[in-house]
Amino acid sequence: MCQIHEEYQDHMVENTSIPSISQKCVKCKEGSAVLVIRVGDAFCRGCFKEYFVHKFRAMLGKTRLIFPGEKVLLALSGGPASSSMLSQVQEGLSREAPKKLRFIPGIVYIDEGSACGQSLEERAGRIAQMESIFQATGFPFYVVHLEEVFRLPSSVLQCVSSIPGKPGGSYKAAVDQFIQDSQLFEAQSRLSELSTQDRPEEEVRTSGGRPFTFTLQETKAVERLLDSVKTLTAKEQILQMLRHHLIVHTARVKGYSKVMMGDSCSRLAVKLLSNISLGRGASLAMDTGFSDPRYGDITIIRPMREYSSKEIAFYNKMFGVSSVFIPNLGTKAPEKASIQRLTESFVNKLQMDFPSTISTIYRTSEKLNTACPQLSSDQEQAERCLLCLCALDTGAAEASAFRATLVSEQLSQKSCPEPPPGLSAPGLQRRPAGDERTDCCGSGGGSRCSADEDASSPDPRSLLCYSCRLIIKDMTSVETLPPYIVLETEHRRRRAQMREEISEFLLDPAQELCAALES
Amino acid sequence: CSAAGPASTMPVPCSHCQKSSAVLRRPKTGHSLCRPCFFWAFEEEVHQTIASARLFRPGETVGIGASGGKDSTVLAHVLKVLNERHGYGLNLILLSVDEGITGYRDDSLETVKRNQQQYDLPLKIVSYEELYGWTMDAIVKQVGLKNNCTFCGVFRRQALDRGAMMLGVDKICTGHNADDVAETVLMNFLRGDIARLRRCTAITTGSEGAIPRCKPLKYAYEKEIVLYAYFKKLDYFSTECVYSPNAYRGHARAFLKDLESVRPSAIVDVIHSGENLSVKEDVRMPVQGTCARCGYISSQRLCKACVLLEGLNRGLPKLGIGKHHRLHEKLLARQPLTEQEERKLRAEEF
Repeated sequence: MCQIHEEYQDHMVENTSIPSISQKCVKCKEGSAVLVIRVGDAFCRGCFKEYFVHKFRAMLGKTRLIFPGEKVLLALSGGPASSSMLSQVQEGLSREAPKKLRFIPGIVYIDEGSACGQSLEERAGRIAQMESIFQATGFPFYVVHLEEVFRLPSSVLQCVSSIPGKPGGSYKAAVDQFIQDSQLFEAQSRLSELSTQDRPEEEVRTSGGRPFTFTLQETKAVERLLDSVKTLTAKEQILQMLRHHLIVHTARVKGYSKVMMGDSCSRLAVKLLSNISLGRGASLAMDTGFSDPRYGDITIIRPMREYSSKEIAFYNKMFGVSSVFIPNLGTKAPEKASIQRLTESFVNKLQMDFPSTISTIYRTSEKLNTACPQLSSDQEQAERCLLCLCALDTGAAEASAFRATLVSEQLSQKSCPEPPPGLSAPGLQRRPAGDERTDCCGSGGGSRCSADEDASSPDPRSLLCYSCRLIIKDMTSVETLPPYIVLETEHRRRRAQMREEISEFLLDPAQELCAALES
Repeated sequence: CSAAGPASTMPVPCSHCQKSSAVLRRPKTGHSLCRPCFFWAFEEEVHQTIASARLFRPGETVGIGASGGKDSTVLAHVLKVLNERHGYGLNLILLSVDEGITGYRDDSLETVKRNQQQYDLPLKIVSYEELYGWTMDAIVKQVGLKNNCTFCGVFRRQALDRGAMMLGVDKICTGHNADDVAETVLMNFLRGDIARLRRCTAITTGSEGAIPRCKPLKYAYEKEIVLYAYFKKLDYFSTECVYSPNAYRGHARAFLKDLESVRPSAIVDVIHSGENLSVKEDVRMPVQGTCARCGYISSQRLCKACVLLEGLNRGLPKLGIGKHHRLHEKLLARQPLTEQEERKLRAEEF
């Protein structure tokens, strides 16, 4: 926090001596140092383990989001960071100490073989490899195939309200509330299991020697979907979105209320910068913060966000945490193949020249606002992006990048008889000093975005945030999207139409919202 | 939306008028346009920016920061065109700063002088030498090539304001384009400068006391500015400054160019991100006050320009590089510094 002395610190860092082989651990001063984490901090094996383990527990301890006895789903990709997260959970649960972690873990793995054109044999091989790791933990695990997005219910795209704990309330009160609710929750989740499943999905759990639980048509549909996306940038975005939806759905169906993702600090730095480049500035905090409340009943948390990928790699190597390499869309792609790949190589190169790059980017993100409007009424639903469920950032002010883009598009296309509503910016002469902004701004300007497109078209663009619109823009056809997205698009359209029809009878939406909250 | 026309030898019709054949593909949208339609689109976009952000009021005197480079040349041209076309009723003045860089600014100022005649606008030049008693050439001689851009940047900002005050200007416009703004967003993010991150996307900046500054070309792509200047055959000066450019900004710039090549909308996407970032309320922000010496806005007791100048005059050029706020009281009281304090602040040996 004390930035005043930062400049001096830089000089000090330069002066510290390079640690030598014979150096002692800075912590216990006894063991011989085996690795240097930060400049000048050489740790011995034992102290490094303690430091690493403590960081994980401290992260969960200080954020106080996981309640005793809560079911927590670990999202594993097989990579080093999430594998390390799994080992930390095992470590925390195996402890005999009174500070033992007390949640109930489960594992979910999304098999995305169809996205990278792997054969069924290859996929089966990798899944078997992952399963052997999962089996060793003794935790329940779920292997979900990407193909299953074609069976998702549209409820995945709805933010299910959870009774939000008062942010200022004490942890103890929250825990009591949780225990009270959990009985009820059990029942509810069983209900939701019944209501959301089109087919019994139990067999997905242990595919063992059995063949896959999806059809060839579904694999083809995944391929068609990805083929309809023209750029790798958008492909990666769509794949990530589908993955999230599958994980959240699995959590809901299996009765988990928290999902842990293994994003490391290095990963998050890249994600932050690439999300800025993708126009996701408004939802940056949600996309990368410790807790992500966008789905309402399921909270995503990222407990590995303070570990650098280097720390993780060393820990995994020293303490035998195995990870599996799974090729993805970006594997072997050239540097400029996508914005995500480009950002990754940029950050890594900059990190070499300026070793504080990653931690600075990460710390910048700490200063961003995570507070999202925690409301769940029907109005609110309409204000969220259909795909990423973040607050819509397209109702922007008149002078904004979003509007400027619309103007550019408009002016470059076939001349239209009259300027689009809301864009007929008034001439200067008509704007004497201190006039009130009555005509084109505010309500009129905002509604244009959703009203200007044909209501019957399957194009979900008007329901999307700025960045998700870019994904659709990169697609040749939206007909390849999975049915749950199409269904939800129609659903929201209908709701919007209904609201339009009854609008004159509705009171001030803000008032209504307050009333809904009070009741 | 329509994709870019096929790259073939067949003449592509203009996607706007659909009559003439297109001469260029817009970097911003990918549309193919003919020359008049591109001019029209470019100018009207700037007009929309000006109108929607309510940058000016009729009768105002507006100073255009003119360096002779492409951005400010295009800005001066477009503002003159729009002022007449849409009857803004503005009184436009060109405002230039002479940093005193031989082989760079002296040449570019010649361009500005030609522009003055071509556009028939009054011109005011303020120089570092008359304001501060130092030219950039003299500064570089003392500080070397490492932090010279800090001096130039800080002094230019204030020089423009002082020139504007001399002329009684109501507003200053600068030629910052979309690429510049996006680059600044990226750079401030990389540096963790949350206060600047919040300010840098604002189209108008300046609080009470200072002359407001605005960026009418904020949403104009650099490439389109070059296209506009090229097809309008505008007279501009395009040479890099003879003193080394800002290295860190260079990284952000190179990254942005790469982003643009992957997805052309990335520039405006970054600006959109910057405009929509929400910063936590409890993050401490510097409080803006005024400089105890010159009265210019400053978050410290002394403004950066005064500290830099003091450093130059004391022969301690590093006084303004990095943060030495603790010394400000001594500087204000015109007390000498201790030997130990001075040692750190001297120029490095070459």
